[in-house]
Amino acid sequence: MATKTLFDKIWDRHVVKVMPDGTTLLYIDRHLVHEVTSPQAFEGLRLTKRGVRRPDLSFATMDHNVPTTTEDRMVIRDPISAAQVEALKQNCKDFGITLYGLDSVHQGIVHIIGPEMGITLPGLTMVCGDSHTSTHGAFGTLAFGIGTSEVEHVLATQTLRQQKPKTFKVDFTGQLKPGVTSKDMVLKLIGIIGTAGGTGYVIEYAGEAVRALSMEARMTICNMSIEGGARAGMIAPDATTYEYIAASDRPFAPKGEAFDRAVEFWKTLPSDPDATFDRVLEIKAGDIAPQVTWGTSPGMVTDVTARVPDPGSVPGYSRRDVEQALAYMGLTPGTPMTDIPLDTIFIGSCTNARIEDLRRVAKLVKGRRKADHVRVIVVPGSQQVRKQAEAEGIDRIFNDMGAEWRHSGCSMCLGMNPDQLKPGERCASTSNRNFEGRQGKGGRTHLVSPEMAAAAAIEGRFVDIRHWS
Amino acid sequence: MEPFTIHRGIIGTLDRANVDTDQIIPKQFLKSIKRTGFGESLFFDWRYGADGKPDPAFELNDPAFAGASVLVTRNNFGCGSSREHAVWAIAQYGFRAIIAPRVERDQVRVPAFADIFANNCVKNGVLTVELSEAEVEEIFQMVRRFKGLQATVHLLEQRVTLHVDEEVSFHFDIDPVVKDHLARGLDDIALTLESEEAITQFETSHNEQMPA
Repeated sequence: MATKTLFDKIWDRHVVKVMPDGTTLLYIDRHLVHEVTSPQAFEGLRLTKRGVRRPDLSFATMDHNVPTTTEDRMVIRDPISAAQVEALKQNCKDFGITLYGLDSVHQGIVHIIGPEMGITLPGLTMVCGDSHTSTHGAFGTLAFGIGTSEVEHVLATQTLRQQKPKTFKVDFTGQLKPGVTSKDMVLKLIGIIGTAGGTGYVIEYAGEAVRALSMEARMTICNMSIEGGARAGMIAPDATTYEYIAASDRPFAPKGEAFDRAVEFWKTLPSDPDATFDRVLEIKAGDIAPQVTWGTSPGMVTDVTARVPDPGSVPGYSRRDVEQALAYMGLTPGTPMTDIPLDTIFIGSCTNARIEDLRRVAKLVKGRRKADHVRVIVVPGSQQVRKQAEAEGIDRIFNDMGAEWRHSGCSMCLGMNPDQLKPGERCASTSNRNFEGRQGKGGRTHLVSPEMAAAAAIEGRFVDIRHWS
Repeated sequence: MEPFTIHRGIIGTLDRANVDTDQIIPKQFLKSIKRTGFGESLFFDWRYGADGKPDPAFELNDPAFAGASVLVTRNNFGCGSSREHAVWAIAQYGFRAIIAPRVERDQVRVPAFADIFANNCVKNGVLTVELSEAEVEEIFQMVRRFKGLQATVHLLEQRVTLHVDEEVSFHFDIDPVVKDHLARGLDDIALTLESEEAITQFETSHNEQMPA
């Protein structure tokens, strides 16, 4: 029998048929829906008088437009945002799709609530009109982002027409140094392969350092696969995965005997030992330092101990790319990364706003005050994360440090809501994209781990978390 | 969808690599629930100054590029978010084809276009043409010499021709599925629904939490 990768195994069992043109009609087990990329898809269904084939397999929430302050959250003041949120409500009602709206205790960022509720499970195919759908690959799920035309296609047919991608194994050997996180692993990877290095591939993250990660840390790595160009990133399920799914508060996860049967199946999913990949890369985990981006592309990243690079010295970027990026970022080559002063600290997003992320930050900042000149915003990824954090007293630690404790949403990761940087403001952000204007027009973003953001909040500049106390 | 077979138009250039979909269509325009009206907001943050007027320093605002319908740019165009609004903006601005270079890096070939973006282009009848770095550089240089230069993009013959005194042509490769799809302007959903029986059949035997 031919050996197979994790990806191959999931792909093969979702092939409805191979079309005459050679594309595969792939069955989709789970479809997540949010307010920004779905209205035109529902409109398309109405225009063509088509229905939703399996409303029971789609799950919706609103996250991108949502204000995160208590006073603004329930009545969205921006009429265009409000109309988009209202449209999702109406569409879910009309087509019979379950919606976790602003009044739901399960509302949150779409990629946070999927795993949290047990919607995300190993071996499934999962899509969403959002590039960070790769997050769910942490469970050994084939999960990828799609455009609105494909959202409509999934709603109408529960399938997608796909060309089979290539496979790429990234092996993180050895162990991470203390203070170094899965965020640093994925930023390091993107720094090596470039933001287009994974285009056309599905990445499988493997190796000792990956096996040692919690589920939440695994989600951070898979989340940013798209920043390396790969549509999907995956990690084979193991005992850590099963344990996460078995937690009592995941309404859609199998229970009891059904869970035991599912585990037996999930155990068959990991890549066969001698399975071959189209591309393989090995990275020594012990060599990874905390990462900080200095430019306007996630591949423009360096060690916290390094300096802002000279244009012309950055592999994968032309001199002009770097000059443009540094001009936008207001940085001078040769400046130590730790000398960069900050105005804003954003802790949130589908990359790093789960309970563990908040716990790790809280542990570091407990009993301390933020630097006077910085604004710190902490945005839990879901209302459940918020509730859990409050039960543990984490919200009080943030309040005591002088941070703003918010409700769940995408918030300042993309600034489609009131949370935005002003022109020229510089932010240490636990999010996923440092594109020009991403967090607000003229805003400057440095991507970091939650730990690095926490230390930066106290010091008002970047510090090497490995030597900070 | 409007089929794409052959298109002739003015070349507009955007000499930047890694142009992300946040730049192609900034977030504030994603709040629309319509599929139209995005063309005016294409490249908004680069295209307009603080006063809301077109910024003359932005390449595509060059009067010689007025009415451009073939965009020539650099590697990894369309990276980032999955927003199809980016392609709607490009198409509604008037671009029918985008030309960008693949690059070789560490013996790995990096495609010219980001994956989800390229896929969204196909769904909207926008042709993405991948050429070599040298070929794209040649087009940039030609356009610098002959502002307002026109190109013909011939999908069926897989050829881009520059209309200079002596015609210059470049062959391009394209996935036959994408080619057929664009040339016939196919409606994917209608096509898939022809296989509805196979989908129903699949659903009866597919147990998502158990091996078959």
